[in-house]
Amino acid sequence: MREHVGTGAPGGIAAGSQWQRALGDVVAGAARFSLWSLLGSKEIRQRYRRSRLGPLWVTLSMGVTVGALGFVYGALFGQPLEAYLPFLAAGFVVWGLISGLVLDGTKAFTDSDGMILQLAAPLSVHVYRVVWSNLLIFAHNIVVFLIVAAWFGVLPGWHVLYAVAGVAIVLLNGVWLGLFLGTVCARFRDVPQIVASVVQILFFITPILWRPEMLPDRALFLGLNPFYHFVELVRAPLLGGVPEATTLAVVALVTLGGWLVTLMAFARYRWRIAYWV
Amino acid sequence: MARIDLDGVSVTFPIYDSRRRSLKNRLIAAGTGGRIEYRTASETDIEALADVSFALADGARVGLVGHNGAGKSTLLRVLAGIYAPCSGTIHVQGHIAPLFDISLGIDPEASGYENILIRGLFLGLSRREVKAKTEEIAEFTELGSFLDLPVRTYSTGMQLRLAFAVATAIDPEILLIDEGIAAGDAAFLEKANARLRAFASKASIIVLASHANQLIREICDSAILLEQGRVLMRGPVEEVLAAYEARRSK
Repeated sequence: MREHVGTGAPGGIAAGSQWQRALGDVVAGAARFSLWSLLGSKEIRQRYRRSRLGPLWVTLSMGVTVGALGFVYGALFGQPLEAYLPFLAAGFVVWGLISGLVLDGTKAFTDSDGMILQLAAPLSVHVYRVVWSNLLIFAHNIVVFLIVAAWFGVLPGWHVLYAVAGVAIVLLNGVWLGLFLGTVCARFRDVPQIVASVVQILFFITPILWRPEMLPDRALFLGLNPFYHFVELVRAPLLGGVPEATTLAVVALVTLGGWLVTLMAFARYRWRIAYWV
Repeated sequence: MARIDLDGVSVTFPIYDSRRRSLKNRLIAAGTGGRIEYRTASETDIEALADVSFALADGARVGLVGHNGAGKSTLLRVLAGIYAPCSGTIHVQGHIAPLFDISLGIDPEASGYENILIRGLFLGLSRREVKAKTEEIAEFTELGSFLDLPVRTYSTGMQLRLAFAVATAIDPEILLIDEGIAAGDAAFLEKANARLRAFASKASIIVLASHANQLIREICDSAILLEQGRVLMRGPVEEVLAAYEARRSK
């Protein structure tokens, strides 16, 4: 905040400098780690402040959900529990991270309207806050998978490093998602509801409750679902495998494309966000 | 060295009703060539600032006067870098401390101490710098052990103390003050004014928007009269205030 130079609207100032400012915002925001990590952790702590168990509730409710779903759907699909439950736990926890990033991303700016109108900090700070709080929730949830995996003796071993890298890539995508959706949703207030419905549908058509092999003649349907690939990116190594080449290719494509589109949109509309919230 | 340059700055607010806030309606309108959505009014825009130009150098103490809605708060937000102008350019050099609507950006669920830390970090201080100032801030607020409780348990006056103390805890080169801070009980107000004066003597540029003419007379050496987003007059405090009074009584 040492110095700021005002933008004219697009056209008033060369488009190149809008790009620089958008990129500068993303970089400067990242550097404010102590701020957004505090905001993110505070959000989680507050949600559970008045309960005795605290954030352990996150873990517990995930455990109960996975247990109940595993019990019902395992029987429904005629799957042996020792194979199905780790699969379900891994997929469900990873899905929780991805859908959380999408859903919270839509509210990244509108939830922080007070701060945005009061203090001129990089706007991306509010997106990093969302990403950080979702990482914290994920850290609580992954415990459920580890317990299940340990119980059935299928702990991932050194493959866990691939899973860590996978989570990092998911978070990297979470940042552009938050910037993009946060901006759109600041302008159009019905988008969060639309996104929520879509995420709900995606949960059922993405193989989390069911295995991809159960749907042999719909390979294209799966292959075109980017969410499937992002789940696989983390789930496959958690279950002791490696993600397929197609998965890696799709993830790389979505990451690059998403960032490109987002930076273009952010460069154009970033200055408008304060007007919209 | 602090400096502010505004050249032909205009700010226009798009006013959206709930219908224009909706993407669904937007898509339906586009898909049907606008036949379904009955356009009652074309885009409504409010011009909050129009072609504002001025330059402030080191030592400037400027009061902004004008009716409600004249553009004082918008101008302060432009100076703070929150609103980018729709046209025109602004160049600001120096560390800015905004002192606006004080309840904004205070988290009611967080404790007083947490709010001090968050606000400090937002203003660009490091964790260590905030820690070093916390004691002084706590002392000024006179809130004692209340600072461990969530801010929603505070009375309005207590919230004001906290927000004011935090906002004035940094040493800015440019100080932007909105009128909202002039509330609170008399004893606190006196203390706040004293702090504001001490604060003001350190800052190299001050822009103060206020209805309290006394405060402007005390702190500022020149004033700007805004009306409907335009600079109507700029000059010595007494002349501008007299012109403002004259227009108001008309």
